Amino acid sequence: MKTLRIALWTTAAAAAVVLVAALLYVTVGSKAGSIGGPFRLRSATGELVDSVSLKGKPYAIFFGFTHCPEICPTTMMDMAALMARLGDEAKGLRIFFVSVDPDRDTPAVLRDYLAAFEPHVVGLTGTPDEIAQVAKEFRVYYRKVRLTGDDYTMDHSAFVYLMGSDGNFFDVLGYQEAPDRALAKLKRLIETDRKGSAL
Amino acid sequence: MKSMLTSAVLAAVLAGATTAASAGGITLAHPWSRATPAGAPVGAGYVTLENSGSTADRLVSATTDAADHAEIHEMAMNNGVMQMRPVKEIEIPAGKRVELRPGGYHVMFMGLKHQLKVGDAVKGSLTFEKAGTLPVEFKVEAMGAGADRASGQGAH
Repeated sequence: MKTLRIALWTTAAAAAVVLVAALLYVTVGSKAGSIGGPFRLRSATGELVDSVSLKGKPYAIFFGFTHCPEICPTTMMDMAALMARLGDEAKGLRIFFVSVDPDRDTPAVLRDYLAAFEPHVVGLTGTPDEIAQVAKEFRVYYRKVRLTGDDYTMDHSAFVYLMGSDGNFFDVLGYQEAPDRALAKLKRLIETDRKGSAL
Repeated sequence: MKSMLTSAVLAAVLAGATTAASAGGITLAHPWSRATPAGAPVGAGYVTLENSGSTADRLVSATTDAADHAEIHEMAMNNGVMQMRPVKEIEIPAGKRVELRPGGYHVMFMGLKHQLKVGDAVKGSLTFEKAGTLPVEFKVEAMGAGADRASGQGAH
């Protein structure tokens, strides 16, 4: 009996380790993983922004929605503050806010919403299919959750993905990551531009 | 109707008292909100609920003048995914305090009628199972306020 119990516990522990590893892989990804890929969206001002046109310059990309009371404005505030701290170094680094709620976040709504974070943040939107595509490429989870009546909110991944000038995934900023650590990551990201694709 | 009347009377009595209001053992301390981006359809109210009474009480509903309606929500981060859910009630055990704050419970302002700007006061009310309806005035602070590590500005 004792042996069986040990065997069961060992199996359970191994399963837990595998599960945690899988979760980490899915949510954070690995540096060698394939976060990012082909996508095609429109900026809030109507300009076409796709993975091809973005190649050659580093960028940061976040997925949110305007009916988001906390995470989204806070993250955009943090990004704007980091860009201000970077000053001239921030030139050439673009920050994108992709709406995972294209039904309500029209280009006009996004433009107004992001005006508070100008000139640092560019809003991106697209058709529901285009949003699904870009979310899949970045392994972003989002889901509509009903509230009362016709209201709904969105569950969504709250990471900021940093993409190098070679178009590859570089690093990730967690929600409210310590500003100094986030700043250091952005500086390294900008370095990828200077060094070209040699990481 | 009764709760509206209670609310009106309390509002009159407590007019100008923006930092704390109390009734039936429940005290509302530091009601505050955050400035919102232009056109943002939602906002959030935060407050510390203190129960000095000898029995537990529950926050069951909220109202606000600044939006179509208000709901009580809870936010959580699970594996990097932001989730927000309405909650039916928030229990405040006897002698305890419960904080509505960024990253947790909040009063969600649904359908903002106007942008919330720093210095504004968002009027509303909080209704408790036992303490009844208390008027509340959420003072609007900066957009990044209350975020412990945001912008290097330190804790709220």
